[in-house]
Amino acid sequence: MSTFWSLWIIGLTLINMALVLWVLLANRKVAVRDDETPENRTTGHVYDGIEEYDNPLPRWWFKMFIATFIFAAVYLIIYPGMGSFKGLYPGGWTQELELERHQQQADARYAEQFGEYNAMPIEQLAQDQQAMKMGLRLFANNCAVCHGADGGGNYGFPNLTDSDWIWGGSPEQIKQSIVQGRKAVMPPWAAILGDEGIAETTEYVLSLSDRDHKAEMAERGAEHYKRNCVACHGADGTGNPMLGAPNLTDDIWLYSGEPSGIRTTLREGRNGVMPAQKDLLKESRIHLLAAYVYSLSQPYEAQE
Amino acid sequence: MKNHDLVEKNIGLMTVLVVIAISFGGLVEIVPQFFLKETTEPVAGLKPLPPLELEGRDIYIREGCHVCHTQMVRPLRAEVERYGHYSVAGESVYEHPFLWGSKRTGPDLARVGGRYSDDWHKVHLFDPRIVVPESNMPAFPWLYDNKLDGKHTENKMRAMRKVGVPYTDEDIEGAGDKVKGVTEMDALVAYLQQLGTLLQEKR
Repeated sequence: MSTFWSLWIIGLTLINMALVLWVLLANRKVAVRDDETPENRTTGHVYDGIEEYDNPLPRWWFKMFIATFIFAAVYLIIYPGMGSFKGLYPGGWTQELELERHQQQADARYAEQFGEYNAMPIEQLAQDQQAMKMGLRLFANNCAVCHGADGGGNYGFPNLTDSDWIWGGSPEQIKQSIVQGRKAVMPPWAAILGDEGIAETTEYVLSLSDRDHKAEMAERGAEHYKRNCVACHGADGTGNPMLGAPNLTDDIWLYSGEPSGIRTTLREGRNGVMPAQKDLLKESRIHLLAAYVYSLSQPYEAQE
Repeated sequence: MKNHDLVEKNIGLMTVLVVIAISFGGLVEIVPQFFLKETTEPVAGLKPLPPLELEGRDIYIREGCHVCHTQMVRPLRAEVERYGHYSVAGESVYEHPFLWGSKRTGPDLARVGGRYSDDWHKVHLFDPRIVVPESNMPAFPWLYDNKLDGKHTENKMRAMRKVGVPYTDEDIEGAGDKVKGVTEMDALVAYLQQLGTLLQEKR
């Protein structure tokens, strides 16, 4: 802050306080016995015969005003308010410093809470009841809007509670998904396959998971599949977690598994995105979340 | 009581004194901010919104998003932990009008950029209940159908330039054509995805 603006603020603040004090004191009527000086009893206004008493301010009110005035003075000495003057608060006071102090206190608490968990491998952490309670809260705050409060997923957002993993279900792969995010890259095939080709490929995809399909069309679809889809989804259609290509043989669908839905997927492609959390969440929280997500897909074991 | 009479019976004098009395607060708390470096200089990397994001911002205003969503993370630990780095004045220097808001029926959006995927935003705006069953946010399905015509985009940018947003002639030229035919959904999502991405703080 430049000297000018500092002086501007200090000057105006002091003038303002002085004026307020002056208005208060200059108009103060010291309680005098009205019996002795009857002319002081009213303000002297007479409107249609109506007069107005000129009573002194109630003493409690006057004292309270003075108290607020003293508070203001003390406040301006301790906290920064008078232009560039930083105030006498021990260690200095700013919003940022206050925030940092609170964050340091919280970090110390978190270090205690998360400390032992940081060192635990994810498989072990997933068995720790207290850790998983914390994981549940973190999941509800950060993941549930897409994956659902129960981790059950949604149309376009993977179910995390089953054993089917698009990007891999090992602890390392789950953590990787959270840290780096994921971006699916299924391109649109409408221009290459044409309507006929899309319909045929759809029948073949249906056949992969043993569902009702037109065998003849599926045969032709198999040719399209070999030419275009094998690279990611594999010759047997079991997918590839390195590329995020889903398994097509298990009849679990991220988008629609209806013939019409599969046709849409083929026509327009799919580019689901999991946002990277590495810049959003602290490492210790990601570690705990990875363990929680891992635990969701593990068979339930009754706790003793 | 003579002084009182003077003020009470002279409305012109009273007006002047009232104006003086109430101007102190503004002169001390607001006026210096117009000239301080902290409040007038953009943060590093801040650029005027590109045409699509600018149109998205106008849809944000039209649909009244700012009535329920603030764009102001206060420097309090709980807020910084939930939303990320607290908002700084330098992030808003190109905002006309600013959309800080004052009421949070929904969460703060100052740092929502990049937090969810584009797909999520589209589903959520189409009908929030699809992804968040307990949400009480209204649905905005028409954003899918309405398309931008870009008729006023260039004028909007010129108006912004008049109030100090440094758009260049190159930025403005052809801006309308760039956004023409894009759905309002895409424009709004583009706007949301850039919100608050200049400052990061791990939560």
